[in-house]
Amino acid sequence: MAKKKETHFSNMTPWEIVQIARHKERPVLVDYLDKIFDDFIELHGDRCFSDDRALIGGFARLDKQNVMVIGHNKGKNVQDNIAQNFGQAKPDGYRKALRLMKLAEKFNVPIIAFIDTQGAFPGLDAEERGQAEAIARNLAEMSQVTVPIICIVSGEGGSGGALGIGVGDVIIMLSNSIYSVISPEGCAAILWRDAKFSPEAAEALKLTAPSLVRLGIVDEIIDEPVGGAHTDPEATAEAVKNSLLKNLQGLQKLPPAKLVKKRFEKFANIGHFNK
Amino acid sequence: MGWFSKSQDEKKKIRKSPELWLRCKACKKHIFKEDWHNQHSVCPQCNYHGRLTAYERIGITLDVGTFKEINEEIHPGDPLDFVDGKGKYSDRVEETRTKSGLNESIVTGTGSIEGKPVVVGVMDFRFLGGSLGSGTGEKILRAANYAYDHKLPLIIFSASGGARMHEGLLSLMQMAKTCAAVKRLATKNLPYISVLTDPTTGGVSASFAMVGDVHLAEPGALIGFAGRRVIEQTIKQKLPDDFQTSEYLLEHGFVDRIVQRGEIKHTLSLLLSFYNR
Repeated sequence: MAKKKETHFSNMTPWEIVQIARHKERPVLVDYLDKIFDDFIELHGDRCFSDDRALIGGFARLDKQNVMVIGHNKGKNVQDNIAQNFGQAKPDGYRKALRLMKLAEKFNVPIIAFIDTQGAFPGLDAEERGQAEAIARNLAEMSQVTVPIICIVSGEGGSGGALGIGVGDVIIMLSNSIYSVISPEGCAAILWRDAKFSPEAAEALKLTAPSLVRLGIVDEIIDEPVGGAHTDPEATAEAVKNSLLKNLQGLQKLPPAKLVKKRFEKFANIGHFNK
Repeated sequence: MGWFSKSQDEKKKIRKSPELWLRCKACKKHIFKEDWHNQHSVCPQCNYHGRLTAYERIGITLDVGTFKEINEEIHPGDPLDFVDGKGKYSDRVEETRTKSGLNESIVTGTGSIEGKPVVVGVMDFRFLGGSLGSGTGEKILRAANYAYDHKLPLIIFSASGGARMHEGLLSLMQMAKTCAAVKRLATKNLPYISVLTDPTTGGVSASFAMVGDVHLAEPGALIGFAGRRVIEQTIKQKLPDDFQTSEYLLEHGFVDRIVQRGEIKHTLSLLLSFYNR
């Protein structure tokens, strides 16, 4: 029986993985903050307009090492999700994230970014305050940050809203997380003219971790327990912690100029074209 | 049929002859084609700015005979073997290449504007909706690197629906790649000017198009991150009429100036004249 279960979960379709990545019991940022980090001190606000609850961050310690943790803040229940806008950040969230990353740079502590969002919030106020500009600025600024940045896709990596905190030296994915240019539903609606083709779109988009390693984007996959992270949050958190510690050790050896140069080259090399 | 009605018919035919006339998409009035072209696809009646091809844009922006294209051979691959409801991506690419005569959604090169040397990138909406694919990102990276190596200002005209779905996450990553490329120019204090034209949306608005030192926009251009329909469905509200137009962005502080098409060349030259190399 256990074997059968294991075989099933190792042969999941991309669409099935999408369901696990969005599972309502899947561990979220606050779970990782609680299980992996000590002394988390949340810092609020973008100094421009508001404190976006959909994207949070602050200093924390990882096995006595000082770090800055930022991440999309999906809720654990409906009430939290309403307050936290289901982890869909507005420009205020991205600007707060940038402020905290600049602070990390000043304090010379590495940055760990947890990515888990359907996407940036599509709203009137978000557009009015420059959703595009806020994300674009983060992409530009993150490329020059002089401390290590580790990005970990823990659930849904939804398009520009995910990438807005996703320019790192290392990009890690949990084995049942997804990362995509557009949601399968959105893609199906546009390219198949019908959202019922979402499973086909999920397949075509190559949004799973192994595909993204093959495409040269993702550096490492953290294996989840059989059945998904939600079946054993403790073990998942432990695996995440081990990966973070290992990667931090490697990155902290690099002098800042070399770190920035390597990050630039990493992104410069992403792409597939003919000539 | 009597001679009178026949001649009326002929008159009508002449009036609507598509060789001579076209209809403005915005005000729906008939415009003499020659006027439209003389004004570089701007409606003489309502000032609607129609879309230009990349080479038309280059023709009216750079000094005559100065444009030298670089990396024109770069064209899309099909890294995902992408097939959708309409067929294979690779077939669509070939079709688009043949139809547009372009290899990618951006044309890049060097030239001069009123005598000032620049590196330019000009997007073309006809190539898969101006979408940002790996080839587009690579051409922008190389244009920015050329500017970096030769200490030249960079100017990019954007016209795009956003990231190209058919190349999946590789397309999304071009947003980071292009932003890193233009940001690096700042380390040498090299100017980067972004000119936003209709439309600049999605992943292109949220990347290199929005991190210029100066943002110029053409009148009435659609500029925004999320699509109007998606927003209306999400917030269940009607959006203002001028939502996500150049004028709306100017009002909210995201573009420096709205510039008439006929004035863009001179405005760029004027801006560059303030740059003490």
